[in-house]
Amino acid sequence: MAKVTLKDLSHSYLKTQSSDADWAIRGVNIDWNDGGAYALLGPSGCGKTTLLNIISGLITPTKGDILFDDKVVSGLNPVERNIAQIFQFPVIYDTMTVYDNLAFPLRNRKIPEEEIKAKVHEIAEMLELSSTLNNRASGLTADGKQKISLGRGLVRSDVNAIMFDEPLTVIDPHLKWILRSKLKELHQKINRTMIYVTHDQTEALTFADQVVVMHEGQIVQTGTPVDLFEKPKHTFVGYFIGSPGMNVLPCQINGSDVIVNGKKIETHQQVKKNNFSKTEVGVRPEFISFSNDGIPVKVLSVSNTGRHKIVDTESESGKIKMIAKSNENIPSGSAFLKFKKEYTYTYGDSWIIE
Amino acid sequence: MNKTVNQKAWFFVIPVFVLVAFNAIIPLMTVVNYAFQETFGNNVFMWEGTRWFKQIMLSERFHASLGRQFLFTFIILFIQIPLGIAIALTMPKEGLGVPVCLVLMSMPLLIPWNVVGAMWNIFALPDIGFLGHSLNALGFDYNFTQQIGDAWFTTILMDVWHWTSLVVLLSYAGLRSIQPAYYQAAEIDGASRWAVFTKIELPKMKKVLTIAILLRFMDSFMIYTEPFVLTGGGPGNATAFLSIDLVKMALGQFDLGPAAAMSLIYFFIVLLVCWVFYTLMMRNEEKS
Repeated sequence: MAKVTLKDLSHSYLKTQSSDADWAIRGVNIDWNDGGAYALLGPSGCGKTTLLNIISGLITPTKGDILFDDKVVSGLNPVERNIAQIFQFPVIYDTMTVYDNLAFPLRNRKIPEEEIKAKVHEIAEMLELSSTLNNRASGLTADGKQKISLGRGLVRSDVNAIMFDEPLTVIDPHLKWILRSKLKELHQKINRTMIYVTHDQTEALTFADQVVVMHEGQIVQTGTPVDLFEKPKHTFVGYFIGSPGMNVLPCQINGSDVIVNGKKIETHQQVKKNNFSKTEVGVRPEFISFSNDGIPVKVLSVSNTGRHKIVDTESESGKIKMIAKSNENIPSGSAFLKFKKEYTYTYGDSWIIE
Repeated sequence: MNKTVNQKAWFFVIPVFVLVAFNAIIPLMTVVNYAFQETFGNNVFMWEGTRWFKQIMLSERFHASLGRQFLFTFIILFIQIPLGIAIALTMPKEGLGVPVCLVLMSMPLLIPWNVVGAMWNIFALPDIGFLGHSLNALGFDYNFTQQIGDAWFTTILMDVWHWTSLVVLLSYAGLRSIQPAYYQAAEIDGASRWAVFTKIELPKMKKVLTIAILLRFMDSFMIYTEPFVLTGGGPGNATAFLSIDLVKMALGQFDLGPAAAMSLIYFFIVLLVCWVFYTLMMRNEEKS
């Protein structure tokens, strides 16, 4: 068990780098506290898997350091770092039984056979694999195989962290939910640092206490699911999390006034400086309501999801989505929108203006 | 689900049927025809029953060439399969080395078989050939045209040179299809290089290796052109493998009946060995 720290970490798959786009990961600084459940969330190709492989030691980063409990481990191989990793699709040793699969990492570490037996049975019990211990692993279903991959990580009693790289990709939807709650339960039981990589916001938000959002090789925000929803620090977090995502509208900043479509609006923060090339206002559809005065829009369409209505409107500076109660009357044609002040933020060059 | 009954669709099968008939069924049936009869030409045939089969099965000459054939096939499989896997494992996985290696590996496979035989014949000639002359210069008493051991050595070396590439290419394809996650997981599990080979690579290569072994078995069991050009079956009958012996009997001695019977026995041996081997290799596959 350990605290994992990443310090000024950058990685590129190219030999020489000329622009930001050449870096798979750039300038990552983060602490993963001991025993925490983290999700690493981001779209495909944002550098999540690279970051994970750097922590486990499968990739050596171009720049920066990895520390376990304040000890630099950058030069160590995966075995020495003692981490467990579960991959996108189940990795099992086809010719071995379930028992031999689970015992494999221990046998490689020359642990006495009685100790292995006790440990394997304990883990099999925990993962509900006991009844299949003597079967050939290749005969199991996808979720059974994924449990074996997980089990091979758990049998080592001293792993520093367990990492999941989109582990539910090949699992049937109805089993996904079960396996996910199993993971959550497991985390509470064994209390190890777990890092869970995914591009699915539901998986991330339900699994983790802390969600780390990545975008184009950078960490854009770390926080609880509520933080990410209520106060996105980057416009990307705004529209990647939530359904539908945050509305982002261009705005002008005049002194301390924020102006959208020629209308002054009130935002959460006091804007002091203004030296950005691009300024925007972000507000989630949940925090918009119809009013008698505000941003003038044209109502385009209404779709009813049952729980609420999603209203598409168009203003001078772009489309705005809003969420209304399912019994609310939606005006047709022209209307005015009001943004809730506490949840309306201004962004400079995509980052929140503090 | 209701199937539409349309017997006219059988017409579409006719072209394939005709093709198969001309290139397989008719020639095979001709051989069967010869195997049970005696002929003196002019299309006159006399019924002989199973006489030719009995004669072949009891013939020492057939036993000897069958024995040579099995020995040859086992030796080349024993060399080519492990060697092929070993070469595939050491081939580069990315970069310019990949196409270079693949092209180099394919070269021997592209050379016509009689050219291979002729090449090796000249290459191995004891007085002027590079191999033969060098071996003699190094003090070995080497002469593949006169010494049985040297003839076998040269034939096997030629076959290894000609066909190991096939095993390499198949193994390489099998290795490349293994997802990197398997290697990463093994690295995290602390597996040794040997464990990675026996627990991941070999099981994942099982299917391509089955194909490689089958192809190499069949081809080497039916080998004709290369040893015919290289040694002509000699010295004596030392390298007269089944097909060389068969051609001698059919075209040299014009014993059409016994030769036809021998062809059929030969054919059934190949079929039987392939079937047994394939069934054994795949018996666990169907369960899972």
